[in-house]
Amino acid sequence: MEAILNLIWTVILIGVLTFLPLILAVAYYTYAERKVIGFMQVRQGPNRVGPKGLFQPFADVFKLLFKEIVVPTNANRYLFLIAPILAIAPAFATWAVVPIDDTHVWADINAGLLYVLALTSLGVYGIIVAGWASNSKYAFLGAMRSAAQVVSYEIAMGFSLVGVLILAGSLNLQDIVQAQRGGFSDWFWLPLLPLFVIYLISGLAETNRAPFDVAEGESEIVAGFHVEYSGAAFAVFFLAEYANMILISTLTALLFTGGWLSPFEGWGFLGDSWLRESHAIWFLVKIVFFMFCFLWFRATFPRYRYDQIMRLGWKVFIPITLVWVLLAALMIFTQIVIRGA
Amino acid sequence: MKAIVRYLRSLMLIELFKGLGVTLRYFRRPKFTLRYPEEKTPKSGRFRGLHALRRYPNGEERCIACKLCEAVCPALAITIESTQRDDGTRRTTLYEIDLFKCIFCGFCEESCPVDSIVETDFQEYHFESRGENVVSKPQLLAIGDRFEESIAEARRQDAAFR
Repeated sequence: MEAILNLIWTVILIGVLTFLPLILAVAYYTYAERKVIGFMQVRQGPNRVGPKGLFQPFADVFKLLFKEIVVPTNANRYLFLIAPILAIAPAFATWAVVPIDDTHVWADINAGLLYVLALTSLGVYGIIVAGWASNSKYAFLGAMRSAAQVVSYEIAMGFSLVGVLILAGSLNLQDIVQAQRGGFSDWFWLPLLPLFVIYLISGLAETNRAPFDVAEGESEIVAGFHVEYSGAAFAVFFLAEYANMILISTLTALLFTGGWLSPFEGWGFLGDSWLRESHAIWFLVKIVFFMFCFLWFRATFPRYRYDQIMRLGWKVFIPITLVWVLLAALMIFTQIVIRGA
Repeated sequence: MKAIVRYLRSLMLIELFKGLGVTLRYFRRPKFTLRYPEEKTPKSGRFRGLHALRRYPNGEERCIACKLCEAVCPALAITIESTQRDDGTRRTTLYEIDLFKCIFCGFCEESCPVDSIVETDFQEYHFESRGENVVSKPQLLAIGDRFEESIAEARRQDAAFR
Protein backbone atom coordinates (compact mmCIF):
# COMPACT_ATOMS: atom_id res chain seq x y z
CA MET A 1 0.00 0.00 0.00
CA GLU A 2 2.78 2.34 1.01
CA ALA A 3 4.63 1.58 -2.20
CA ILE A 4 1.57 2.24 -4.36
CA LEU A 5 0.91 5.58 -2.70
CA ASN A 6 4.53 6.47 -3.15
CA LEU A 7 4.32 5.61 -6.83
CA ILE A 8 1.18 7.68 -7.33
CA TRP A 9 2.80 10.60 -5.51
CA THR A 10 5.88 10.38 -7.75
CA VAL A 11 3.73 10.29 -10.87
CA ILE A 12 1.84 13.37 -9.72
CA LEU A 13 5.10 15.14 -8.93
CA ILE A 14 6.51 14.34 -12.36
CA GLY A 15 3.29 15.51 -13.93
CA VAL A 16 3.23 18.82 -12.11
CA LEU A 17 6.94 19.58 -12.20
CA THR A 18 7.89 18.35 -15.66
CA PHE A 19 4.87 17.56 -17.84
CA LEU A 20 2.80 20.63 -17.18
CA PRO A 21 5.61 23.16 -17.56
CA LEU A 22 6.74 21.35 -20.69
CA ILE A 23 3.29 21.39 -22.28
CA LEU A 24 2.87 25.05 -21.35
CA ALA A 25 6.30 25.77 -22.80
CA VAL A 26 5.30 24.04 -26.03
CA ALA A 27 2.04 26.01 -26.17
CA TYR A 28 3.85 29.30 -25.79
CA TYR A 29 6.67 28.19 -28.06
CA THR A 30 4.16 27.91 -30.91
CA TYR A 31 2.97 31.41 -30.04
CA ALA A 32 6.55 32.68 -29.88
CA GLU A 33 7.24 31.07 -33.23
CA ARG A 34 4.39 32.88 -34.92
CA LYS A 35 5.35 36.14 -33.25
CA VAL A 36 9.08 35.91 -33.98
CA ILE A 37 8.64 34.84 -37.59
CA GLY A 38 5.96 37.48 -37.99
CA PHE A 39 8.27 40.15 -36.63
CA MET A 40 11.09 39.06 -38.93
CA GLN A 41 8.67 39.33 -41.86
CA VAL A 42 7.69 42.83 -40.71
CA ARG A 43 4.21 41.81 -39.59
CA GLN A 44 2.74 41.53 -36.12
CA GLY A 45 1.80 37.90 -35.73
CA PRO A 46 -1.25 36.79 -33.75
CA ASN A 47 -2.72 39.68 -31.74
CA ARG A 48 -6.45 39.00 -31.58
CA VAL A 49 -7.04 36.41 -28.84
CA GLY A 50 -6.42 38.04 -25.48
CA PRO A 51 -3.96 40.86 -24.83
CA LYS A 52 -1.26 40.82 -27.53
CA GLY A 53 -2.71 37.48 -28.66
CA LEU A 54 -1.42 35.74 -25.56
CA PHE A 55 -4.33 33.28 -25.40
CA GLN A 56 -3.83 32.21 -29.01
CA PRO A 57 -2.17 28.87 -28.11
CA PHE A 58 -5.20 27.89 -26.00
CA ALA A 59 -7.57 28.79 -28.80
CA ASP A 60 -5.52 26.57 -31.11
CA VAL A 61 -5.35 23.69 -28.65
CA PHE A 62 -9.08 23.70 -27.93
CA LYS A 63 -9.87 23.91 -31.63
CA LEU A 64 -7.73 20.85 -32.29
CA LEU A 65 -9.08 18.90 -29.32
CA PHE A 66 -12.70 19.41 -30.34
CA LYS A 67 -12.10 18.24 -33.88
CA GLU A 68 -12.78 14.74 -35.09
CA ILE A 69 -9.90 12.32 -35.60
CA VAL A 70 -10.48 11.05 -39.12
CA VAL A 71 -9.00 7.61 -39.76
CA PRO A 72 -8.51 6.97 -43.50
CA THR A 73 -10.51 4.04 -44.90
CA ASN A 74 -7.61 1.77 -45.70
CA ALA A 75 -5.34 2.87 -42.91
CA ASN A 76 -4.03 0.48 -40.34
CA ARG A 77 -6.17 1.74 -37.48
CA TYR A 78 -4.07 0.41 -34.65
CA LEU A 79 -0.74 1.70 -35.97
CA PHE A 80 -2.38 4.93 -37.09
CA LEU A 81 -3.45 5.76 -33.57
CA ILE A 82 -0.33 4.49 -31.83
CA ALA A 83 2.06 6.53 -34.02
CA PRO A 84 1.47 9.91 -32.31
CA ILE A 85 2.07 8.27 -28.94
CA LEU A 86 5.30 6.76 -30.26
CA ALA A 87 6.36 10.23 -31.34
CA ILE A 88 5.56 11.99 -28.09
CA ALA A 89 6.64 9.40 -25.52
CA PRO A 90 10.43 9.62 -26.13
CA ALA A 91 10.25 13.42 -26.31
CA PHE A 92 8.87 13.44 -22.78
CA ALA A 93 10.73 10.44 -21.40
CA THR A 94 14.11 12.02 -22.14
CA TRP A 95 13.42 14.67 -19.52
CA ALA A 96 13.93 12.03 -16.83
CA VAL A 97 17.71 12.46 -17.02
CA VAL A 98 17.85 16.17 -17.77
CA PRO A 99 19.14 17.94 -14.65
CA ILE A 100 18.04 21.45 -13.70
CA ASP A 101 20.99 22.16 -11.46
CA ASP A 102 23.56 20.33 -9.34
CA THR A 103 20.97 18.62 -7.19
CA HIS A 104 17.68 18.46 -9.06
CA VAL A 105 17.20 15.62 -11.53
CA TRP A 106 14.61 12.83 -11.70
CA ALA A 107 17.01 10.02 -12.53
CA ASP A 108 20.68 10.62 -11.84
CA ILE A 109 22.04 7.76 -13.93
CA ASN A 110 25.60 7.36 -15.10
CA ALA A 111 24.71 6.62 -18.70
CA GLY A 112 22.50 9.70 -18.99
CA LEU A 113 23.79 10.84 -22.35
CA LEU A 114 23.44 7.35 -23.78
CA TYR A 115 19.83 7.27 -22.59
CA VAL A 116 19.20 10.63 -24.27
CA LEU A 117 20.71 9.42 -27.54
CA ALA A 118 18.71 6.21 -27.45
CA LEU A 119 15.41 7.95 -26.79
CA THR A 120 15.82 10.79 -29.26
CA SER A 121 16.45 8.26 -32.01
CA LEU A 122 13.29 6.39 -30.99
CA GLY A 123 11.23 9.43 -31.92
CA VAL A 124 11.62 8.73 -35.63
CA TYR A 125 9.59 5.52 -35.26
CA GLY A 126 6.52 7.60 -34.57
CA ILE A 127 7.05 9.39 -37.87
CA ILE A 128 7.75 6.22 -39.87
CA VAL A 129 4.78 4.37 -38.38
CA ALA A 130 2.53 7.38 -39.01
CA GLY A 131 3.60 7.56 -42.65
CA TRP A 132 3.17 3.84 -43.14
CA ALA A 133 -0.15 3.46 -41.35
CA SER A 134 -1.80 6.38 -43.16
CA ASN A 135 -1.83 4.44 -46.45
CA SER A 136 -1.19 7.67 -48.34
CA LYS A 137 1.58 8.36 -50.85
CA TYR A 138 2.46 11.74 -49.42
CA ALA A 139 2.55 10.53 -45.86
CA PHE A 140 4.69 7.59 -46.92
CA LEU A 141 7.11 9.77 -48.87
CA GLY A 142 7.38 12.13 -45.95
CA ALA A 143 8.09 9.29 -43.58
CA MET A 144 10.78 7.85 -45.88
CA ARG A 145 12.47 11.21 -46.23
CA SER A 146 12.34 11.84 -42.54
CA ALA A 147 13.70 8.40 -41.71
CA ALA A 148 16.65 8.72 -44.10
CA GLN A 149 17.40 12.21 -42.88
CA VAL A 150 17.22 11.42 -39.19
CA VAL A 151 19.37 8.33 -39.59
CA SER A 152 22.01 10.30 -41.52
CA TYR A 153 22.22 13.13 -39.07
CA GLU A 154 22.14 10.88 -36.04
CA ILE A 155 25.67 9.80 -36.92
CA ALA A 156 27.05 13.32 -37.07
CA MET A 157 25.17 14.13 -33.90
CA GLY A 158 26.56 11.07 -32.15
CA PHE A 159 30.10 11.95 -33.16
CA SER A 160 29.78 15.51 -31.95
CA LEU A 161 28.64 14.10 -28.61
CA VAL A 162 31.70 11.85 -28.57
CA GLY A 163 33.76 15.04 -28.55
CA VAL A 164 31.87 16.18 -25.46
CA LEU A 165 32.43 12.81 -23.83
CA ILE A 166 36.16 12.94 -24.46
CA LEU A 167 36.44 16.36 -22.87
CA ALA A 168 34.11 15.64 -19.97
CA GLY A 169 35.16 12.07 -19.32
CA SER A 170 31.66 11.13 -18.22
CA LEU A 171 28.24 10.16 -19.57
CA ASN A 172 26.43 11.68 -16.61
CA LEU A 173 24.86 14.97 -17.64
CA GLN A 174 25.55 16.65 -14.31
CA ASP A 175 29.21 15.60 -14.48
CA ILE A 176 29.42 16.95 -18.02
CA VAL A 177 28.18 20.33 -16.83
CA GLN A 178 30.56 20.27 -13.86
CA ALA A 179 33.46 19.58 -16.22
CA GLN A 180 32.73 22.94 -17.91
CA ARG A 181 33.26 25.00 -14.74
CA GLY A 182 35.23 28.22 -15.06
CA GLY A 183 33.13 30.63 -17.10
CA PHE A 184 32.21 31.49 -20.65
CA SER A 185 35.48 30.48 -22.29
CA ASP A 186 35.73 27.20 -20.39
CA TRP A 187 32.49 25.84 -21.74
CA PHE A 188 32.86 23.12 -24.34
CA TRP A 189 31.57 25.26 -27.20
CA LEU A 190 34.99 26.86 -27.61
CA PRO A 191 37.30 23.84 -27.87
CA LEU A 192 34.54 21.98 -29.73
CA LEU A 193 33.31 24.88 -31.89
CA PRO A 194 32.78 22.86 -35.09
CA LEU A 195 31.09 20.08 -33.13
CA PHE A 196 28.88 22.64 -31.41
CA VAL A 197 27.75 24.07 -34.73
CA ILE A 198 27.26 20.63 -36.21
CA TYR A 199 25.29 19.51 -33.17
CA LEU A 200 22.98 22.49 -33.51
CA ILE A 201 22.48 21.94 -37.24
CA SER A 202 21.98 18.20 -36.79
CA GLY A 203 19.49 19.05 -34.08
CA LEU A 204 17.52 21.04 -36.66
CA ALA A 205 17.65 18.05 -38.98
CA GLU A 206 16.69 15.61 -36.21
CA THR A 207 13.59 17.61 -35.34
CA ASN A 208 12.69 18.06 -39.03
CA ARG A 209 12.73 21.80 -38.67
CA ALA A 210 13.41 24.38 -41.36
CA PRO A 211 15.72 24.44 -43.31
CA PHE A 212 15.63 20.63 -43.07
CA ASP A 213 11.86 20.22 -43.10
CA VAL A 214 11.63 18.15 -46.28
CA ALA A 215 9.70 15.57 -44.25
CA GLU A 216 6.88 18.08 -44.19
CA GLY A 217 7.75 19.93 -47.38
CA GLU A 218 4.33 21.46 -47.89
CA SER A 219 5.15 22.64 -51.40
CA GLU A 220 5.97 19.11 -52.56
CA ILE A 221 4.22 16.54 -50.40
CA VAL A 222 1.44 18.55 -48.76
CA ALA A 223 2.38 18.01 -45.11
CA GLY A 224 4.46 14.86 -45.19
CA PHE A 225 3.91 12.16 -42.61
CA HIS A 226 0.98 13.82 -40.87
CA VAL A 227 -1.25 14.69 -43.87
CA GLU A 228 -3.90 12.22 -42.77
CA TYR A 229 -3.94 13.27 -39.15
CA SER A 230 -6.49 15.63 -37.67
CA GLY A 231 -7.73 16.82 -34.32
CA ALA A 232 -6.07 15.57 -31.17
CA ALA A 233 -3.80 13.08 -33.00
CA PHE A 234 -2.36 15.91 -35.07
CA ALA A 235 -2.00 18.02 -31.94
CA VAL A 236 0.11 15.27 -30.40
CA PHE A 237 2.49 15.26 -33.38
CA PHE A 238 2.70 19.01 -33.10
CA LEU A 239 3.45 18.72 -29.41
CA ALA A 240 6.15 16.12 -30.08
CA GLU A 241 7.87 18.31 -32.66
CA TYR A 242 8.03 21.31 -30.37
CA ALA A 243 8.92 19.24 -27.30
CA ASN A 244 11.82 17.85 -29.32
CA MET A 245 12.96 21.34 -30.25
CA ILE A 246 12.95 22.34 -26.60
CA LEU A 247 14.82 19.15 -25.76
CA ILE A 248 17.53 19.79 -28.35
CA SER A 249 17.89 23.37 -27.09
CA THR A 250 18.21 22.06 -23.54
CA LEU A 251 20.80 19.48 -24.52
CA THR A 252 22.84 22.06 -26.42
CA ALA A 253 22.75 24.28 -23.36
CA LEU A 254 23.82 21.38 -21.16
CA LEU A 255 26.53 19.88 -23.31
CA PHE A 256 28.15 22.86 -24.97
CA THR A 257 27.32 25.99 -23.01
CA GLY A 258 27.65 24.83 -19.44
CA GLY A 259 24.03 24.32 -18.37
CA TRP A 260 23.33 26.24 -15.19
CA LEU A 261 26.88 27.61 -14.85
CA SER A 262 27.24 31.36 -14.94
CA PRO A 263 29.09 32.83 -17.95
CA PHE A 264 30.90 35.21 -15.56
CA GLU A 265 32.09 32.52 -13.19
CA GLY A 266 35.76 33.17 -13.90
CA TRP A 267 35.58 36.96 -13.63
CA GLY A 268 37.37 37.49 -10.34
CA PHE A 269 36.91 41.25 -10.34
CA LEU A 270 33.16 40.85 -9.87
CA GLY A 271 33.84 39.68 -6.32
CA ASP A 272 31.06 37.73 -4.62
CA SER A 273 28.45 39.02 -7.06
CA TRP A 274 25.36 36.88 -7.69
CA LEU A 275 26.34 37.10 -11.35
CA ARG A 276 29.08 34.54 -10.74
CA GLU A 277 26.86 31.96 -9.07
CA SER A 278 25.48 28.99 -10.90
CA HIS A 279 21.73 29.07 -11.07
CA ALA A 280 18.90 27.40 -12.98
CA ILE A 281 18.06 30.83 -14.39
CA TRP A 282 21.27 30.80 -16.43
CA PHE A 283 20.16 27.44 -17.74
CA LEU A 284 16.77 28.85 -18.70
CA VAL A 285 18.36 31.82 -20.45
CA LYS A 286 20.55 29.52 -22.53
CA ILE A 287 17.64 27.24 -23.43
CA VAL A 288 15.51 30.19 -24.49
CA PHE A 289 18.36 31.50 -26.61
CA PHE A 290 18.70 28.23 -28.51
CA MET A 291 14.93 27.96 -28.83
CA PHE A 292 14.95 31.42 -30.36
CA CYS A 293 17.68 30.26 -32.75
CA PHE A 294 15.37 27.51 -34.02
CA LEU A 295 12.77 30.14 -34.96
CA TRP A 296 15.39 32.52 -36.25
CA PHE A 297 16.79 29.89 -38.60
CA ARG A 298 13.32 29.06 -39.83
CA ALA A 299 12.68 32.71 -40.66
CA THR A 300 16.05 33.04 -42.43
CA PHE A 301 16.93 29.95 -44.42
CA PRO A 302 15.10 28.42 -47.37
CA ARG A 303 14.50 24.68 -47.40
CA TYR A 304 17.37 22.44 -48.50
CA ARG A 305 16.96 20.26 -51.54
CA TYR A 306 16.87 16.60 -50.60
CA ASP A 307 20.19 15.58 -52.19
CA GLN A 308 21.85 18.62 -50.61
CA ILE A 309 20.70 17.46 -47.20
CA MET A 310 22.23 14.05 -47.78
CA ARG A 311 25.45 15.55 -49.13
CA LEU A 312 25.75 17.87 -46.15
CA GLY A 313 25.13 15.07 -43.68
CA TRP A 314 27.41 12.43 -45.11
CA LYS A 315 30.12 14.32 -46.98
CA VAL A 316 30.58 17.38 -44.79
CA PHE A 317 29.43 16.76 -41.24
CA ILE A 318 30.67 13.24 -40.67
CA PRO A 319 34.25 13.92 -41.90
CA ILE A 320 34.47 17.13 -39.87
CA THR A 321 33.20 15.47 -36.72
CA LEU A 322 35.60 12.56 -37.19
CA VAL A 323 38.56 14.91 -37.51
CA TRP A 324 37.48 17.00 -34.55
CA VAL A 325 36.91 13.98 -32.33
CA LEU A 326 40.53 13.12 -33.01
CA LEU A 327 41.56 16.71 -32.26
CA ALA A 328 39.57 16.63 -29.03
CA ALA A 329 41.44 13.52 -28.00
CA LEU A 330 44.72 15.29 -28.83
CA MET A 331 43.66 18.31 -26.79
CA ILE A 332 43.21 16.07 -23.78
CA PHE A 333 46.38 14.08 -24.51
CA THR A 334 48.58 17.16 -24.87
CA GLN A 335 46.74 18.79 -21.96
CA ILE A 336 45.74 21.89 -23.96
CA VAL A 337 42.38 21.32 -22.37
CA ILE A 338 42.60 19.79 -18.93
CA ARG A 339 39.79 17.39 -18.15
CA GLY A 340 37.50 18.51 -15.36
CA ALA A 341 39.20 21.86 -14.97
CA MET B 1 43.74 28.15 -54.56
CA LYS B 2 40.50 29.95 -55.24
CA ALA B 3 38.61 26.73 -54.63
CA ILE B 4 40.26 26.30 -51.25
CA VAL B 5 39.42 29.85 -50.20
CA ARG B 6 35.84 29.33 -51.28
CA TYR B 7 35.70 26.06 -49.39
CA LEU B 8 37.00 27.67 -46.21
CA ARG B 9 34.61 30.58 -46.58
CA SER B 10 31.66 28.23 -46.90
CA LEU B 11 32.88 26.32 -43.84
CA MET B 12 32.83 29.50 -41.81
CA LEU B 13 29.16 29.94 -42.75
CA ILE B 14 29.72 33.63 -43.57
CA GLU B 15 26.71 33.90 -45.87
CA LEU B 16 24.49 32.20 -43.34
CA PHE B 17 25.47 34.65 -40.62
CA LYS B 18 24.83 37.52 -43.00
CA GLY B 19 21.36 36.14 -43.61
CA LEU B 20 20.75 35.85 -39.89
CA GLY B 21 21.85 39.47 -39.52
CA VAL B 22 19.29 40.56 -42.08
CA THR B 23 16.41 38.81 -40.34
CA LEU B 24 17.52 40.19 -36.99
CA ARG B 25 17.49 43.70 -38.41
CA TYR B 26 13.99 43.20 -39.75
CA PHE B 27 12.94 41.77 -36.39
CA ARG B 28 13.33 45.20 -34.82
CA ARG B 29 11.74 47.19 -37.61
CA PRO B 30 8.37 48.87 -37.14
CA LYS B 31 5.67 46.62 -38.57
CA PHE B 32 3.51 47.34 -41.60
CA THR B 33 0.46 45.54 -40.22
CA LEU B 34 -2.72 47.59 -39.96
CA ARG B 35 -5.04 46.41 -37.17
CA TYR B 36 -7.94 46.56 -39.59
CA PRO B 37 -11.20 47.15 -37.78
CA GLU B 38 -9.50 49.57 -35.39
CA GLU B 39 -7.17 51.23 -37.89
CA LYS B 40 -8.11 52.01 -41.46
CA THR B 41 -6.25 53.30 -44.46
CA PRO B 42 -7.46 56.64 -45.85
CA LYS B 43 -9.91 56.32 -48.71
CA SER B 44 -10.07 58.43 -51.85
CA GLY B 45 -13.19 60.49 -52.46
CA ARG B 46 -13.47 58.58 -55.73
CA PHE B 47 -13.69 55.25 -53.92
CA ARG B 48 -16.45 53.14 -55.45
CA GLY B 49 -18.29 51.25 -52.72
CA LEU B 50 -21.92 50.63 -51.92
CA HIS B 51 -24.48 52.43 -54.12
CA ALA B 52 -26.88 55.11 -52.95
CA LEU B 53 -29.68 57.24 -54.39
CA ARG B 54 -29.49 60.89 -53.39
CA ARG B 55 -32.15 63.50 -52.65
CA TYR B 56 -32.30 67.26 -53.09
CA PRO B 57 -32.02 69.29 -49.89
CA ASN B 58 -35.82 69.76 -49.91
CA GLY B 59 -36.27 66.00 -49.66
CA GLU B 60 -37.30 65.38 -53.26
CA GLU B 61 -35.52 62.40 -54.82
CA ARG B 62 -33.13 63.33 -57.61
CA CYS B 63 -33.77 60.41 -59.92
CA ILE B 64 -35.81 61.34 -63.00
CA ALA B 65 -35.96 57.80 -64.42
CA CYS B 66 -33.96 58.64 -67.54
CA LYS B 67 -32.58 55.07 -67.41
CA LEU B 68 -29.13 56.14 -68.63
CA CYS B 69 -27.56 54.14 -65.81
CA GLU B 70 -29.55 51.07 -66.74
CA ALA B 71 -28.43 51.48 -70.35
CA VAL B 72 -24.76 52.04 -69.55
CA CYS B 73 -24.44 49.31 -66.93
CA PRO B 74 -22.06 46.73 -68.46
CA ALA B 75 -23.15 44.03 -66.04
CA LEU B 76 -26.90 44.67 -66.48
CA ALA B 77 -27.15 44.97 -62.73
CA ILE B 78 -29.69 47.82 -62.71
CA THR B 79 -33.43 47.34 -63.29
CA ILE B 80 -35.69 50.40 -63.57
CA GLU B 81 -39.44 50.80 -64.08
CA SER B 82 -40.99 54.22 -64.25
CA THR B 83 -44.30 56.01 -64.36
CA GLN B 84 -45.70 59.55 -64.42
CA ARG B 85 -46.36 60.89 -60.97
CA ASP B 86 -49.47 62.98 -60.14
CA ASP B 87 -47.51 66.24 -60.40
CA GLY B 88 -46.54 65.36 -63.96
CA THR B 89 -42.89 64.42 -63.33
CA ARG B 90 -41.43 61.10 -64.42
CA ARG B 91 -40.36 58.97 -61.45
CA THR B 92 -39.13 55.42 -60.90
CA THR B 93 -41.47 52.87 -59.39
CA LEU B 94 -38.74 50.28 -59.24
CA TYR B 95 -35.02 50.86 -58.94
CA GLU B 96 -33.03 47.74 -58.14
CA ILE B 97 -29.32 47.01 -58.19
CA ASP B 98 -28.10 43.44 -58.03
CA LEU B 99 -24.84 43.78 -56.09
CA PHE B 100 -23.73 40.31 -57.18
CA LYS B 101 -23.88 41.38 -60.82
CA CYS B 102 -22.43 44.83 -60.17
CA ILE B 103 -18.76 45.22 -60.98
CA PHE B 104 -18.45 48.61 -59.26
CA CYS B 105 -17.20 50.31 -62.44
CA GLY B 106 -18.89 53.60 -61.57
CA PHE B 107 -20.43 54.10 -65.07
CA CYS B 108 -23.91 54.59 -63.58
CA GLU B 109 -22.56 57.41 -61.46
CA GLU B 110 -20.85 59.01 -64.46
CA SER B 111 -23.89 58.72 -66.69
CA CYS B 112 -26.34 60.21 -64.20
CA PRO B 113 -27.36 63.76 -65.30
CA VAL B 114 -28.71 64.70 -61.85
CA ASP B 115 -26.09 63.09 -59.58
CA SER B 116 -28.74 60.77 -58.24
CA ILE B 117 -27.13 57.34 -58.33
CA VAL B 118 -23.72 57.49 -56.67
CA GLU B 119 -21.26 55.09 -55.17
CA THR B 120 -20.38 55.85 -51.55
CA ASP B 121 -17.06 55.05 -49.90
CA PHE B 122 -18.87 52.55 -47.66
CA GLN B 123 -17.67 49.01 -48.24
CA GLU B 124 -18.26 47.16 -44.96
CA TYR B 125 -21.59 45.49 -45.67
CA HIS B 126 -22.65 41.88 -45.93
CA PHE B 127 -25.65 39.71 -46.80
CA GLU B 128 -27.11 37.11 -44.51
CA SER B 129 -29.57 35.41 -46.83
CA ARG B 130 -30.34 35.04 -50.51
CA GLY B 131 -32.03 37.91 -52.22
CA GLU B 132 -30.47 40.52 -49.97
CA ASN B 133 -27.97 41.17 -52.72
CA VAL B 134 -30.74 42.91 -54.71
CA VAL B 135 -31.12 46.31 -53.10
CA SER B 136 -34.42 48.11 -53.67
CA LYS B 137 -35.17 51.77 -54.17
CA PRO B 138 -36.18 52.51 -50.55
CA GLN B 139 -32.95 50.84 -49.36
CA LEU B 140 -30.86 52.85 -51.80
CA LEU B 141 -32.54 56.07 -50.72
CA ALA B 142 -31.94 55.18 -47.08
CA ILE B 143 -28.26 54.58 -47.80
CA GLY B 144 -28.20 57.95 -49.54
CA ASP B 145 -29.76 59.66 -46.51
CA ARG B 146 -27.31 57.95 -44.19
CA PHE B 147 -24.18 58.94 -46.10
CA GLU B 148 -25.36 62.23 -47.64
CA GLU B 149 -22.73 64.24 -45.81
CA SER B 150 -19.76 62.18 -46.99
CA ILE B 151 -21.23 61.84 -50.49
CA ALA B 152 -21.65 65.61 -50.82
CA GLU B 153 -18.15 66.17 -49.47
CA ALA B 154 -16.66 63.74 -52.00
CA ARG B 155 -18.56 65.44 -54.88
CA ARG B 156 -17.37 68.83 -53.70
CA GLN B 157 -13.73 67.73 -53.63
CA ASP B 158 -14.02 66.25 -57.09
CA ALA B 159 -16.04 69.12 -58.60
CA ALA B 160 -13.05 70.78 -60.26
CA PHE B 161 -12.26 67.63 -62.24
CA ARG B 162 -15.76 66.75 -63.43
